[in-house]
Amino acid sequence: MRRTVAALLRKDVLLELRTKETVPAMALFAVTTFVVFHFGLNRGSVSGDLAAGVFWVTLLFAAMLGINRLFVAEREQGGFDAFLLAPADRTALLVAKTAALFAFLSVLELVAVPAFALLLLQPSVWPALPALVGVLALANAGVAVVGTLASALAIQTRARDLIAPLLALPLLIPVVLAAAKASTPLLLAAGPGTIAARWPLILGLYDLVFALTAYAVFDFLLED
Amino acid sequence: MYGKGLRALSLATTVVLTGAFALVFFYAPNDADQGFIQKIFYVHVPMAIVALCGFIAGGVMAIAHLRTRAQKWDMRSYVAIHLSLILGVGVLVTGSIWAKASWGHWWVWNEPTLVSFLIIFLLYACYQPLRFSIEDPERQARYASVFAIIAGAFVPLNFLAVRLAQAYTHPRVLGTTGGSLPGDMRLTFLVALAGMVLLFVTLWKYEMTSKHAAMQLRALRRKLAGDEAPVRAAGRSAAPAATLHARPDTH
Amino acid sequence: MRGRVGLLGHEPLLYRDLTGRENLDYQARLFGVDGARVEELLERTGMARRADEPLRTLSRGMVQRLAVCRTVLHDPALLLLDEPLANLDPAAVEAVEPLIGRGAGRTRVVTSHDPGAGLREADLVLGLRGGRAVIAAGAQEVTEADVRALYR
Repeated sequence: MRRTVAALLRKDVLLELRTKETVPAMALFAVTTFVVFHFGLNRGSVSGDLAAGVFWVTLLFAAMLGINRLFVAEREQGGFDAFLLAPADRTALLVAKTAALFAFLSVLELVAVPAFALLLLQPSVWPALPALVGVLALANAGVAVVGTLASALAIQTRARDLIAPLLALPLLIPVVLAAAKASTPLLLAAGPGTIAARWPLILGLYDLVFALTAYAVFDFLLED
Repeated sequence: MYGKGLRALSLATTVVLTGAFALVFFYAPNDADQGFIQKIFYVHVPMAIVALCGFIAGGVMAIAHLRTRAQKWDMRSYVAIHLSLILGVGVLVTGSIWAKASWGHWWVWNEPTLVSFLIIFLLYACYQPLRFSIEDPERQARYASVFAIIAGAFVPLNFLAVRLAQAYTHPRVLGTTGGSLPGDMRLTFLVALAGMVLLFVTLWKYEMTSKHAAMQLRALRRKLAGDEAPVRAAGRSAAPAATLHARPDTH
Repeated sequence: MRGRVGLLGHEPLLYRDLTGRENLDYQARLFGVDGARVEELLERTGMARRADEPLRTLSRGMVQRLAVCRTVLHDPALLLLDEPLANLDPAAVEAVEPLIGRGAGRTRVVTSHDPGAGLREADLVLGLRGGRAVIAAGAQEVTEADVRALYR
């Protein structure tokens, strides 16, 4: 199983490095959205809960781009069939795709966080960085699992670019909610405060529930 | 097969619902601050409870479908979810009316249950479009079941998250149902709840019966027409495909 | 059962943006096959020189050859081939014959629209018309004319 996941992940990373389709688009979208927010909100800087909100909503929508593209190569170039022919555990595909999406999101955030700090954030982001990274990791995990599920569900439908976000967005509202609440104290103008413990816990619970659910149902999506 | 007991069920539903309405109008007291409009609570809350249970039941039936591959479970799951969705519209509308009457706005963000419900509603609103856009009937049923399970798992999680996000600023009766309700209100509420449950079950049975009958009719037509019957055109239907397996023919 | 079947259909089931070698290495890892086998197959199908170019730059015939490599990579006992020699020039046909042809020593199920070639190769013939089996016999008993009659 581990070998299969490694093979799949390696292939996906290779494809992304070769085509550079997904991650640059996500990063560019995020930065552009920050600029749009500046004009939309008519403010030079944000802090506190407004900052958290702008940041997380932008990340969420940028993630949608990644989610839409996740299974496209499999669908259009026969990747599903090639995988199904192999004597491999099918859940490996779920794990590999989730890991790939997690990786893409992390790269996205490597660009988005500095861009956000530069363009819109009033307090400095440095002192809050370790805590923020923790929140990002938990949130990424949730987005990655749910995104993979939604993408897998949508890929076989006719209107796949519409269905995937429609499925993923409501499911991800708790993630946005918890992540924003968690990061609000980190982005205060007066300097970072401490996070209320309940929000990372909620994120963790969410990740756990969906990881287990995904593990249970994914096989059923691949039968053919 | 499903028609059994339908008449008795309908009768029971009518009786209980009428009883509930009577209680609401004549028995339950007028709320001290909100006045008469508070009575919409007796419609709104039972509807919400039943809708949520309906969604979760849809998820459980979907699990049964995936385990047994019996098409009937898929049908049951579909009907449960789609009825709950309709009830969900009712919940949002009654909630909105109540909000307007009590707080002057058509929508309030600080009522966690209403907000959670909106999110759930938006999610399940994708169920039919999802089914609608997968043509292969077997795959459509399978994917719909996967969705129903995911969404069902999501319901409690969502309520937890949203509730935690709101400070308890509103002394809504909702949060302490059964606990802090005075006796006469509690009775009315329970009767209303029972009525709503019966309504759901009756409608569910009705729809199952009608769909089942339609399926049998189609299967019979196919048998009569023999092999030259035109294959049912890949209908763009959100409903589970009617593929009752015909009994083996004697060629 | 999975892992003992090789499938060659109309789609090569390879990623267009990866090179031949990358595609086959990926498949090898999925099937638990040693990397040396990839090199061996690339040599035998004459694709070793162009194995490091992305598939979308290759001609249809070359892609088909790589698809053949993919099909036999894991040394399957059963081959399912749908018009395997389509898009192949005679040199390529010669190159892949020992892998997927009669000389390959595997059980093969081949669909073909070339009655002559098909009959030469087959032990058993199954002819379908309208979803029903019209011919099901040993290859010796079936003539080319019988097969052509199916199409009328």
